Amino acid sequence: MSSAEPLLRVEDLQVAFHTPQGVVQAVRTVDFTVAPGECLAVVGESGSGKSVTARTLIGLPGPGARVRARRLTLDGEDLLGLSERRWREVRGGRIGFMPQDALSALDPLRKVGAEVAEGLRNHRPARRADVRAGVVELLRLARIPEPDLRARQYAHQLSGGLRQRAVLATALAAGPGLLVADEPTTALDVTVQARILDLLAARKAEGVAILLISHDLAVVGRLADRIAVMHDGVFVETGPTERILTEPAHPYTRRLLAAVPSAHAKGTRLSLEPPATPAKAPPPEVASGRVLEVSGLTKTFRTVGRRRRTAVEDVSFTLEAGETLGVLGESGSGKSTVARIVLGLLEPDAGSVALHGRPWSALREPARRPLRHRIQFVQQDPLASFDPRYTVERIVAEGLRDRPGPGRRRDRIADLLEQVGLDGALLDRRPAQLSGGQRQRVAIARALAPGPDVIVCDEPVSALDVSVQAQILDLFADLQRGLRVALLFISHDLGVIYHVSDRVIVMKGGRVVETGEAAEVFARPRHEHTRELLSALPELRDAGPAATSSPSPS
Amino acid sequence: MKRAEGRTADGLIGWTLRRLLLSVIVVFGAATVTFATLQLTPGDPTYAVLNNPSPPPELVAHVRHDLGFDRPVADQYTRFLGRLATGDLGRSYQLDQPVWRVITAQLGSTVELAAAGFVLALGAAVVLATATAGRRPLVRRASAALELLSVSTPSFWTGIVLLTFLSFRLHLFPATGGTGPRGLALPAITLALGIAGAYTQVLREGLERALDEPFALNSRARGSGETAVRLRHALRHALTPIVTMSGWTMGTLLTGAVIVESVFSRQGLGRTLATAISGHDLPLVTGIVVLAAAAFTLLNIAVDLLYRILDPRLREAAP
Repeated sequence: MSSAEPLLRVEDLQVAFHTPQGVVQAVRTVDFTVAPGECLAVVGESGSGKSVTARTLIGLPGPGARVRARRLTLDGEDLLGLSERRWREVRGGRIGFMPQDALSALDPLRKVGAEVAEGLRNHRPARRADVRAGVVELLRLARIPEPDLRARQYAHQLSGGLRQRAVLATALAAGPGLLVADEPTTALDVTVQARILDLLAARKAEGVAILLISHDLAVVGRLADRIAVMHDGVFVETGPTERILTEPAHPYTRRLLAAVPSAHAKGTRLSLEPPATPAKAPPPEVASGRVLEVSGLTKTFRTVGRRRRTAVEDVSFTLEAGETLGVLGESGSGKSTVARIVLGLLEPDAGSVALHGRPWSALREPARRPLRHRIQFVQQDPLASFDPRYTVERIVAEGLRDRPGPGRRRDRIADLLEQVGLDGALLDRRPAQLSGGQRQRVAIARALAPGPDVIVCDEPVSALDVSVQAQILDLFADLQRGLRVALLFISHDLGVIYHVSDRVIVMKGGRVVETGEAAEVFARPRHEHTRELLSALPELRDAGPAATSSPSPS
Repeated sequence: MKRAEGRTADGLIGWTLRRLLLSVIVVFGAATVTFATLQLTPGDPTYAVLNNPSPPPELVAHVRHDLGFDRPVADQYTRFLGRLATGDLGRSYQLDQPVWRVITAQLGSTVELAAAGFVLALGAAVVLATATAGRRPLVRRASAALELLSVSTPSFWTGIVLLTFLSFRLHLFPATGGTGPRGLALPAITLALGIAGAYTQVLREGLERALDEPFALNSRARGSGETAVRLRHALRHALTPIVTMSGWTMGTLLTGAVIVESVFSRQGLGRTLATAISGHDLPLVTGIVVLAAAAFTLLNIAVDLLYRILDPRLREAAP
């Protein structure tokens, strides 16, 4: 494959952004080629410059950008000096672009078909009927069932997987030879992710060159022929997929690989950070025995018209002190509804939640409030859960049960920040001035502030880069050892669930389909759905949890 | 799919009926407030009816009794509501014509003026905002200054300036009493200026936000030109706040009509209202206010329905 003449040649590409605060060098120097029918994956964390590289290739690096390169050619044509008019022919016509987050990538006010048609019309003027037929054909090619119907629907009416396929159809509308895909599967469930990757592989087999941008080494391993690891604006290592995954040469690549939670890493630390130092002595009122007992939870919601949708049906589980129960499920499986009922934010239609053997969900709010500090919450997007005008000190102080004086309050908060591995210097920062990992640590500090027995974590690491995720997972492990706090850990990510959990429940369509010890469930899954999830998992070749033979997802 | 749509439509009809019922209450409230205001303003409406500065006292007493002004206020109010409920707006004291006839005679001219003003304002705002959104700071600043100027200039002054230069000096447009498009031009421009300024600011902000969205980048990545991205994608997003401003727009058009019609001596509801208020013409003022209140509530229902057309995501939401 790599013997073919390269379609895209990039030599010494540099992108700098001129901002009022000074020049930011996003891409320092980058060299690569992509040949027809080949897939090059660029892997790196957020801020490494990979998305800027992708957008530079379609001539849209962003405002204030200066692009320089010794060579930047597509099929022999120099892209550097291109006029805007010629760029518009190249974009979509010769280079297709598939962005991350399909929901915002499609105009919510236009029909899916109109979005695909735009890609067609921009490059070859055609009659209306031809365009309509072309759109349906493109959607069919993207393996969208009922393409006729889907073309007349809006983006919000499609599921995440269908939406991402529709985005692929818009990118490939005019038949470009190169596809630039920027995190095409990031927000998707594993089974859906696997199907999108298969779809991309099919295009590749037809001779489309693919530049795949991702933060996830495991995902790209499924599709890429070669991998370039990007860090701080440069490629630290480039090589065939097999070699990068099995014999990484650069320390940064090794760190990225080690950060992926998988079978061999269970019970070990994922990051290179020293263990956090939890409170010297556990709080005196630490609970023991059964903290939560959930039985027969059922919840239905009213939807459009008078239909009802059952979000959670007959869900039961228990949580012991100091234990982690992993809740694994795809989006829409009812995980978050369970979390909100356990937190007492939502009333169940049937069933009950007991806290320390006493009723919890059955209480009325005034009776529940004095006990609320015992259950705390960490969400997926900490930024959205913070008041943007509050300082870190005030954010964490909200979690305290008493109102200490200003001086004492500051000391207490600084102690809490130290527990989660943050420097006291951050006390006066505001959420926007923190990195993603720091934000999640602040959210954890806030959850720890009232000395809870249970922390409900709803996808707490899903928005984080692999290496930051590794640090946060380590932090949870350290805290649990020190404080004996029980965790109800919700995630769609099998690797994460396997790494953190003592016991696991697997949810599908609002029901618990499988439950058991984590090691047992992953080694010998009994339920069809668990097996399907395991087989769809893009795994690092020698490291993933052992998937048994199972029917392949259609 | 079909069944779901049917259900949503059912819900929509029920929702519209509920809203219409509520609007009756709003109109009733507006009528009550008008009644109370005119009761509290000094001056005796009897004199307005007689249209005679020093009528004989026995005539005054007779008319007062005829119109029920000698009854207790509560009684007057009940009779007023009773007449309103049957759709009888009464007779204008000053013009001695049924209020309905006065309103219908004047309505056309004002609707024409308001519609022309609105179309001009929206058209100018769309052109200006689309041209200046996301452009160099200098262009934006110049446009922003113009908008501020147009919003803060009182329309009676704009009207007089336009009249002075374009009618009296250059004789391009008739000063007063013109008919057809030429007569409409200056009043409509005067009315449109303030609205256009506000619209441009709101539209440009909406456009800039929409142009920052990933779908705009995506459209460019498909090879769409800048104008296409703005017109096909961003503009529709930016128009939503304009719809939200409809209530404000209608209020501005109505109060603007009062001033513009007076400055240009145009026929219309605005000028009729101004004369009726100064002449204590209770039935006419009430009639116009009730009409305006009804128009406002209908507009609000229309706006909520329009959101569903503009934004398909709202179509599935329960109304």
